[in-house]
Amino acid sequence: MTEEIPAAAGSELDGDRDTRPAPADQPDGHGNRDGDGDREREIDSRTRPAHVSLANVALVAAGGAVGTALRYGLTLVLPPRLGVPVAIAAVNILGAILLGLLLEVLVEGGIDEGRRRRLRLGIGTGILGGFTTYSTLATDNVALALTHPAVAVAYGLGTVIIGAAASLAGIALAGRALRPAVRSRSVRP
Amino acid sequence: MIALQFLAVCLAGGLGAALRFTVDVAIRQRSTGSYPLGTMIVNVSGSLVLGLLIGLVLGGVLSHGWQLIIGTGMMGGYTTFSTASYETLRLLEDRRWWAAAINGIGMLVLCTAAAAGGYALGVWL
Repeated sequence: MTEEIPAAAGSELDGDRDTRPAPADQPDGHGNRDGDGDREREIDSRTRPAHVSLANVALVAAGGAVGTALRYGLTLVLPPRLGVPVAIAAVNILGAILLGLLLEVLVEGGIDEGRRRRLRLGIGTGILGGFTTYSTLATDNVALALTHPAVAVAYGLGTVIIGAAASLAGIALAGRALRPAVRSRSVRP
Repeated sequence: MIALQFLAVCLAGGLGAALRFTVDVAIRQRSTGSYPLGTMIVNVSGSLVLGLLIGLVLGGVLSHGWQLIIGTGMMGGYTTFSTASYETLRLLEDRRWWAAAINGIGMLVLCTAAAAGGYALGVWL
Protein backbone atom coordinates (compact mmCIF):
# COMPACT_ATOMS: atom_id res chain seq x y z
CA MET A 1 0.00 0.00 0.00
CA THR A 2 2.59 2.50 1.11
CA GLU A 3 4.84 1.54 -1.80
CA GLU A 4 2.16 2.72 -4.22
CA ILE A 5 2.11 6.24 -2.84
CA PRO A 6 5.37 7.53 -4.36
CA ALA A 7 4.35 6.13 -7.75
CA ALA A 8 1.05 8.00 -7.63
CA ALA A 9 2.75 11.15 -6.34
CA GLY A 10 3.47 13.03 -9.52
CA SER A 11 0.07 12.82 -11.12
CA GLU A 12 -1.78 13.45 -7.89
CA LEU A 13 0.33 16.47 -7.05
CA ASP A 14 -0.10 17.86 -10.53
CA GLY A 15 -3.83 17.34 -10.36
CA ASP A 16 -3.91 19.03 -6.99
CA ARG A 17 -2.03 22.02 -8.30
CA ASP A 18 -4.32 22.36 -11.33
CA THR A 19 -7.32 23.03 -9.10
CA ARG A 20 -5.67 26.14 -7.72
CA PRO A 21 -4.57 29.38 -9.36
CA ALA A 22 -1.23 28.73 -11.09
CA PRO A 23 1.54 29.69 -8.65
CA ALA A 24 3.65 30.95 -11.55
CA ASP A 25 1.11 33.73 -12.14
CA GLN A 26 1.84 35.19 -8.73
CA PRO A 27 4.78 37.53 -8.13
CA ASP A 28 6.78 35.37 -5.72
CA GLY A 29 5.47 32.09 -7.03
CA HIS A 30 3.03 31.91 -4.14
CA GLY A 31 -0.59 31.44 -5.13
CA ASN A 32 -3.41 32.92 -3.14
CA ARG A 33 -4.84 29.61 -2.03
CA ASP A 34 -8.08 30.55 -0.38
CA GLY A 35 -8.61 34.21 -1.11
CA ASP A 36 -7.75 35.20 2.45
CA GLY A 37 -5.03 37.82 2.53
CA ASP A 38 -3.84 37.01 6.06
CA ARG A 39 -3.65 33.35 5.30
CA GLU A 40 -1.70 34.03 2.15
CA ARG A 41 0.78 36.19 3.99
CA GLU A 42 1.15 33.45 6.61
CA ILE A 43 1.93 30.80 4.03
CA ASP A 44 4.25 33.19 2.24
CA SER A 45 6.28 34.02 5.33
CA ARG A 46 6.62 30.36 6.20
CA THR A 47 7.72 29.15 2.82
CA ARG A 48 9.72 31.98 1.31
CA PRO A 49 13.35 30.84 1.26
CA ALA A 50 15.86 32.89 3.23
CA HIS A 51 18.84 34.42 1.51
CA VAL A 52 21.92 32.20 1.75
CA SER A 53 24.26 34.85 3.17
CA LEU A 54 27.36 34.00 5.17
CA ALA A 55 25.68 35.40 8.30
CA ASN A 56 22.58 33.22 7.81
CA VAL A 57 24.66 30.08 7.14
CA ALA A 58 26.78 30.81 10.24
CA LEU A 59 23.63 31.30 12.32
CA VAL A 60 22.20 27.96 11.16
CA ALA A 61 25.56 26.21 11.72
CA ALA A 62 25.88 27.58 15.28
CA GLY A 63 22.33 26.51 16.09
CA GLY A 64 22.91 23.12 14.45
CA ALA A 65 25.98 22.52 16.65
CA VAL A 66 23.94 23.32 19.79
CA GLY A 67 21.05 21.09 18.67
CA THR A 68 23.45 18.24 17.86
CA ALA A 69 25.07 18.58 21.32
CA LEU A 70 21.64 18.30 22.98
CA ARG A 71 20.65 15.29 20.84
CA TYR A 72 23.97 13.46 21.23
CA GLY A 73 24.04 14.19 24.96
CA LEU A 74 20.55 12.79 25.41
CA THR A 75 21.37 9.58 23.49
CA LEU A 76 24.37 9.07 25.83
CA VAL A 77 22.27 9.32 29.01
CA LEU A 78 19.18 7.55 27.60
CA PRO A 79 20.17 4.25 25.93
CA PRO A 80 17.71 2.23 23.78
CA ARG A 81 15.08 0.24 25.70
CA LEU A 82 14.26 -3.23 24.34
CA GLY A 83 15.87 -2.24 21.05
CA VAL A 84 13.73 0.88 20.67
CA PRO A 85 15.77 4.12 20.43
CA VAL A 86 13.75 6.04 23.03
CA ALA A 87 16.14 9.02 23.11
CA ILE A 88 15.79 9.66 19.35
CA ALA A 89 12.00 9.22 19.55
CA ALA A 90 11.84 11.71 22.44
CA VAL A 91 14.16 14.16 20.66
CA ASN A 92 12.10 14.07 17.47
CA ILE A 93 8.73 14.48 19.19
CA LEU A 94 9.98 17.24 21.49
CA GLY A 95 11.64 19.01 18.54
CA ALA A 96 8.42 18.84 16.51
CA ILE A 97 6.44 20.42 19.38
CA LEU A 98 9.01 23.19 19.83
CA LEU A 99 9.24 23.95 16.09
CA GLY A 100 5.45 24.24 15.83
CA LEU A 101 5.47 26.54 18.86
CA LEU A 102 8.33 28.68 17.54
CA LEU A 103 7.02 29.10 14.00
CA GLU A 104 3.52 29.98 15.22
CA VAL A 105 4.85 32.58 17.66
CA LEU A 106 7.03 34.08 14.92
CA VAL A 107 4.20 34.11 12.34
CA GLU A 108 1.87 35.79 14.84
CA GLY A 109 4.57 38.36 15.53
CA GLY A 110 4.68 39.59 11.95
CA ILE A 111 6.38 38.99 8.62
CA ASP A 112 9.51 36.86 8.34
CA GLU A 113 12.35 39.38 8.32
CA GLY A 114 14.95 40.98 10.56
CA ARG A 115 15.04 39.61 14.09
CA ARG A 116 12.15 37.18 13.50
CA ARG A 117 13.96 35.62 10.55
CA ARG A 118 17.18 35.34 12.56
CA LEU A 119 15.26 33.59 15.36
CA ARG A 120 13.64 31.24 12.84
CA LEU A 121 16.99 30.37 11.25
CA GLY A 122 18.99 30.14 14.48
CA ILE A 123 16.48 28.30 16.67
CA GLY A 124 14.22 26.61 14.09
CA THR A 125 16.47 25.63 11.17
CA GLY A 126 19.61 25.50 13.36
CA ILE A 127 18.94 24.24 16.90
CA LEU A 128 15.71 22.27 16.33
CA GLY A 129 16.81 21.09 12.87
CA GLY A 130 20.09 19.81 14.31
CA PHE A 131 18.38 18.45 17.44
CA THR A 132 15.91 16.30 15.51
CA THR A 133 17.08 13.76 12.95
CA TYR A 134 15.69 11.57 10.22
CA SER A 135 18.77 9.59 9.20
CA THR A 136 19.02 7.85 12.59
CA LEU A 137 15.28 7.17 12.51
CA ALA A 138 15.78 5.50 9.12
CA THR A 139 18.84 3.41 10.06
CA ASP A 140 17.34 2.40 13.43
CA ASN A 141 14.24 1.38 11.52
CA VAL A 142 16.34 -0.85 9.21
CA ALA A 143 18.05 -2.45 12.22
CA LEU A 144 14.68 -3.01 13.92
CA ALA A 145 13.13 -4.39 10.73
CA LEU A 146 15.82 -7.08 10.56
CA THR A 147 15.03 -8.35 14.06
CA HIS A 148 11.50 -7.20 14.98
CA PRO A 149 9.60 -6.13 11.82
CA ALA A 150 6.39 -5.31 13.71
CA VAL A 151 8.28 -3.09 16.15
CA ALA A 152 9.97 -1.33 13.20
CA VAL A 153 6.60 -0.51 11.62
CA ALA A 154 5.19 0.66 14.97
CA TYR A 155 8.29 2.77 15.72
CA GLY A 156 8.43 4.37 12.26
CA LEU A 157 4.72 5.02 11.77
CA GLY A 158 4.30 5.97 15.43
CA THR A 159 7.06 8.58 15.24
CA VAL A 160 5.70 10.09 12.00
CA ILE A 161 2.08 10.26 13.21
CA ILE A 162 2.94 11.50 16.71
CA GLY A 163 5.35 13.97 15.06
CA ALA A 164 2.57 15.59 13.03
CA ALA A 165 0.35 15.67 16.13
CA ALA A 166 3.26 17.19 18.08
CA SER A 167 3.60 20.01 15.52
CA LEU A 168 -0.11 20.69 15.92
CA ALA A 169 0.27 20.63 19.72
CA GLY A 170 3.11 23.16 19.49
CA ILE A 171 1.00 25.46 17.30
CA ALA A 172 -1.93 25.13 19.71
CA LEU A 173 0.35 25.90 22.67
CA ALA A 174 1.51 29.07 20.93
CA GLY A 175 -2.11 30.00 20.24
CA ARG A 176 -3.03 29.57 23.90
CA ALA A 177 -0.08 31.64 25.04
CA LEU A 178 -0.68 34.44 22.52
CA ARG A 179 -4.47 34.61 22.26
CA PRO A 180 -6.28 33.67 25.48
CA ALA A 181 -9.47 35.34 24.19
CA VAL A 182 -9.54 33.24 21.04
CA ARG A 183 -8.94 30.08 23.05
CA SER A 184 -12.12 30.43 25.10
CA ARG A 185 -14.10 30.91 21.90
CA SER A 186 -12.67 28.32 19.52
CA VAL A 187 -10.82 25.60 21.44
CA ARG A 188 -13.67 24.63 23.74
CA PRO A 189 -13.81 20.84 24.13
CA MET B 1 39.57 12.54 24.29
CA ILE B 2 35.88 11.95 24.96
CA ALA B 3 35.33 15.70 25.29
CA LEU B 4 37.19 16.30 22.03
CA GLN B 5 35.08 13.66 20.29
CA PHE B 6 31.87 15.24 21.65
CA LEU B 7 33.01 18.63 20.35
CA ALA B 8 33.82 17.16 16.92
CA VAL B 9 30.33 15.59 16.72
CA CYS B 10 28.71 18.95 17.57
CA LEU B 11 30.79 20.91 15.05
CA ALA B 12 29.98 18.32 12.38
CA GLY B 13 26.30 18.74 13.30
CA GLY B 14 26.64 22.47 12.70
CA LEU B 15 28.18 21.79 9.27
CA GLY B 16 25.36 19.39 8.47
CA ALA B 17 22.70 21.97 9.44
CA ALA B 18 24.41 24.60 7.25
CA LEU B 19 24.47 22.11 4.36
CA ARG B 20 20.74 21.36 4.87
CA PHE B 21 19.93 25.09 4.82
CA THR B 22 21.94 25.64 1.63
CA VAL B 23 20.50 22.59 -0.18
CA ASP B 24 16.92 23.41 0.91
CA VAL B 25 17.11 27.03 -0.29
CA ALA B 26 18.68 25.94 -3.60
CA ILE B 27 15.85 23.43 -4.18
CA ARG B 28 13.14 25.95 -3.20
CA GLN B 29 14.53 28.44 -5.68
CA ARG B 30 14.42 25.84 -8.47
CA SER B 31 11.15 24.04 -7.75
CA THR B 32 7.94 25.48 -9.16
CA GLY B 33 5.40 23.57 -7.06
CA SER B 34 4.56 24.20 -3.42
CA TYR B 35 5.47 20.68 -2.26
CA PRO B 36 8.34 20.90 0.27
CA LEU B 37 10.78 18.88 -1.84
CA GLY B 38 13.91 20.20 -0.09
CA THR B 39 13.32 18.37 3.22
CA MET B 40 12.48 15.16 1.34
CA ILE B 41 15.71 15.24 -0.69
CA VAL B 42 17.79 16.16 2.37
CA ASN B 43 16.33 13.36 4.50
CA VAL B 44 16.54 10.65 1.83
CA SER B 45 20.12 11.55 0.88
CA GLY B 46 21.17 11.82 4.55
CA SER B 47 19.62 8.43 5.35
CA LEU B 48 21.49 6.89 2.40
CA VAL B 49 24.82 8.32 3.60
CA LEU B 50 24.25 7.23 7.23
CA GLY B 51 23.30 3.71 6.08
CA LEU B 52 26.42 3.60 3.90
CA LEU B 53 28.62 4.77 6.81
CA ILE B 54 27.24 2.13 9.18
CA GLY B 55 27.79 -0.53 6.50
CA LEU B 56 31.38 0.64 5.94
CA VAL B 57 32.08 0.62 9.70
CA LEU B 58 30.61 -2.87 10.10
CA GLY B 59 32.60 -4.00 7.07
CA GLY B 60 35.77 -2.77 8.77
CA VAL B 61 36.52 -0.09 6.15
CA LEU B 62 36.02 2.85 8.54
CA SER B 63 36.52 3.19 12.29
CA HIS B 64 33.63 3.82 14.67
CA GLY B 65 34.80 7.41 15.18
CA TRP B 66 33.76 8.24 11.61
CA GLN B 67 30.29 6.92 12.25
CA LEU B 68 30.02 9.24 15.25
CA ILE B 69 31.39 12.38 13.59
CA ILE B 70 30.01 12.05 10.05
CA GLY B 71 26.95 9.95 11.00
CA THR B 72 25.65 11.10 14.39
CA GLY B 73 27.11 14.58 13.93
CA MET B 74 26.97 15.67 10.32
CA MET B 75 24.12 13.50 8.96
CA GLY B 76 22.19 13.97 12.21
CA GLY B 77 22.44 17.74 11.79
CA TYR B 78 21.82 17.54 8.04
CA THR B 79 18.59 15.54 8.25
CA THR B 80 15.65 16.82 10.25
CA PHE B 81 12.43 15.48 11.66
CA SER B 82 10.87 18.64 13.10
CA THR B 83 10.57 20.45 9.75
CA ALA B 84 9.29 17.28 8.05
CA SER B 85 6.53 16.94 10.68
CA TYR B 86 5.63 20.61 10.46
CA GLU B 87 5.39 20.47 6.66
CA THR B 88 3.26 17.30 6.80
CA LEU B 89 0.87 19.08 9.18
CA ARG B 90 0.68 22.11 6.86
CA LEU B 91 -0.17 19.81 3.92
CA LEU B 92 -2.88 18.14 6.04
CA GLU B 93 -4.29 21.56 6.96
CA ASP B 94 -4.38 22.48 3.26
CA ARG B 95 -6.27 19.18 2.64
CA ARG B 96 -3.56 17.99 0.27
CA TRP B 97 -3.98 14.40 1.45
CA TRP B 98 -1.70 12.70 -1.08
CA ALA B 99 1.10 15.22 -0.60
CA ALA B 100 0.75 14.84 3.19
CA ALA B 101 0.85 11.03 2.93
CA ILE B 102 3.96 11.22 0.74
CA ASN B 103 5.63 13.65 3.14
CA GLY B 104 4.73 11.48 6.14
CA ILE B 105 4.60 7.78 5.25
CA GLY B 106 6.32 8.13 1.86
CA MET B 107 9.33 9.87 3.41
CA LEU B 108 9.57 7.18 6.09
CA VAL B 109 9.50 4.40 3.48
CA LEU B 110 11.96 6.16 1.14
CA CYS B 111 14.41 7.06 3.92
CA THR B 112 14.30 3.54 5.37
CA ALA B 113 14.84 2.08 1.88
CA ALA B 114 17.70 4.52 1.22
CA ALA B 115 19.31 3.61 4.57
CA ALA B 116 18.95 -0.12 3.81
CA GLY B 117 20.43 0.37 0.32
CA GLY B 118 23.32 2.41 1.70
CA TYR B 119 23.94 -0.17 4.39
CA ALA B 120 23.94 -3.05 1.89
CA LEU B 121 26.33 -1.11 -0.37
CA GLY B 122 28.63 -0.32 2.57
CA VAL B 123 28.82 -3.93 3.71
CA TRP B 124 29.39 -5.09 0.13
CA LEU B 125 32.24 -2.60 -0.38
